Amino acid sequence: MDEPLLIRDRTAIVGVGHTEYAKSIDRSEKRLALEAILAALADAGIAPYEVDGLSSYTLETTDETEIARNLGLGDLTWFSQVGYGGGAGCGVVGQAAMAVATGQCRVAVAWRSRKRGAASARPWAGVAERVKGNHQWTRPFGLLRPVDEIAMLTRRYMHDHGATRPQLGAVAVTVRRHANRNPDAMMHAKTLTLEQYLDARWVSEPLCLFDNCLESDGAAAVVITGTDRARDLPGPPVLIHGFAQAVPRQHQVMTNYFCDDPLLGPSHACASLLWRHAAFGPGDVDVAQLYDAFSPLVPLSLEGYGFCGRGEGASFGEGDRLAFDGPGRIGGGLPVNTSGGGMSEAYLHGFNLIVEGVRQMRGTSRSQVPGATTCLVTSGEGVPTSALLLRSDDR
Amino acid sequence: MSGEARQPVTGMLLPAADDEDAAAFWRWCAAGELRVQQCAACGALRFPPRPLCPHCRAFDHDWARLSGRGTVWSWVVAHPPLLAAYAEQAPYNVVVVTSDDDPAIRFVGNIVESPGDRLDHVDPHRIAIGDPVEVVFEPVEDGLALPRWRRRTT
Repeated sequence: MDEPLLIRDRTAIVGVGHTEYAKSIDRSEKRLALEAILAALADAGIAPYEVDGLSSYTLETTDETEIARNLGLGDLTWFSQVGYGGGAGCGVVGQAAMAVATGQCRVAVAWRSRKRGAASARPWAGVAERVKGNHQWTRPFGLLRPVDEIAMLTRRYMHDHGATRPQLGAVAVTVRRHANRNPDAMMHAKTLTLEQYLDARWVSEPLCLFDNCLESDGAAAVVITGTDRARDLPGPPVLIHGFAQAVPRQHQVMTNYFCDDPLLGPSHACASLLWRHAAFGPGDVDVAQLYDAFSPLVPLSLEGYGFCGRGEGASFGEGDRLAFDGPGRIGGGLPVNTSGGGMSEAYLHGFNLIVEGVRQMRGTSRSQVPGATTCLVTSGEGVPTSALLLRSDDR
Repeated sequence: MSGEARQPVTGMLLPAADDEDAAAFWRWCAAGELRVQQCAACGALRFPPRPLCPHCRAFDHDWARLSGRGTVWSWVVAHPPLLAAYAEQAPYNVVVVTSDDDPAIRFVGNIVESPGDRLDHVDPHRIAIGDPVEVVFEPVEDGLALPRWRRRTT
């Protein structure tokens, strides 16, 4: 059988851009998307008319034709959307990389624009008195919100593995400290201590307020092109080394209670392909941006992507092992969510994590991991998911 | 055990029973029986309902009656912000129950003392993983009852 054609290092992220992040922005989602894409193209040094591919979330309210005719893009020869909310982000970029690598387009733009006031921003809020589909097995009983659905898995995880609230709190406190160093972060000026975390009001026990991501308005975009072209552009290319998506067997979105092993999340299946196609492994990753709509998703992702064994993810974060200035890879740690992530920078269904991954590979993060050349970025755990391996260009 | 149909707290969500497989499950609940699909070819139980057996790909199925006994697999306590009808009853418990008949079959529900209790009737902090429970049915309108769970001693 022919060897598969891997996308490994064949494409690169060459531009990133974003709007401000805030609780409420007075401009439309369309306008925010356009601003972020313009900023990303300017960062890349690529003219809008060269863009021939567009990639976005199915959550997006602005379609490709609107984006293209506002920006004055050229003929689009490839466009696609990825579903499943926060699981989509790395898939949006990775599918664009596949399209560039296979010649379906030359320059692709991927973006996410979100306003919390828009119905599409909170799909769970669009409830009717009659609940359809899989929600009919959960929502009539008051399991209404994503936080409730993840809290159910978290309680069982804590029971099975002895994980504690201070261990979840360590995630929240660490990423907040990263946000305090990032002037773009919504929580830049607000510190968080473990005591404040433990005293916070409940939202869905065992999860409290600070186990939850932010509610944000804003948009972010990235530009993807072939590596050869990328090396001719002004900035340093960030290579897309690997990409994977996964719907694990017998998975039910968010309420994955109806299978043999509900705590075996989508990250396990995603990691399997990701590492099979990579030239390096988890032990070689310098920094990670892990999807953090809720704090327990960080330990679950650490386990799924192979940084520790099952049940060890919560204790992994002790001893500042998740901090940008902690022990780092060599010391048995892994700096995560160095911009503040979804919990403390902004929640754009994970897209700002990709932007921060690029910054780390360029050496321009506000919480830069010294000498970092490899970065894992993940999308939503608990839903059909995706992940990217980024690396700096050593040429 | 199932008393008069009560008026649910206004604004609580009800299942749509929006396909034939889901509708059959809810019809059995209204009849006071907890039943799940059982593949007519390989005998595997499955829930939530769906047309095809994922083990042997047979469409034909029966509805097998479960004992109604289970154990608490996990639980949460929901606090506001919530939809108004639920916020009024918060904080309240939601549980996942594993069926004693088949550990692959689980249900989401609430621990109550009697069908028709408010969701906050039972002190949620007295719930523990592993608690033995049994199903009770709460009629919420003509032809529709929700399965809830009460503690059992045996």
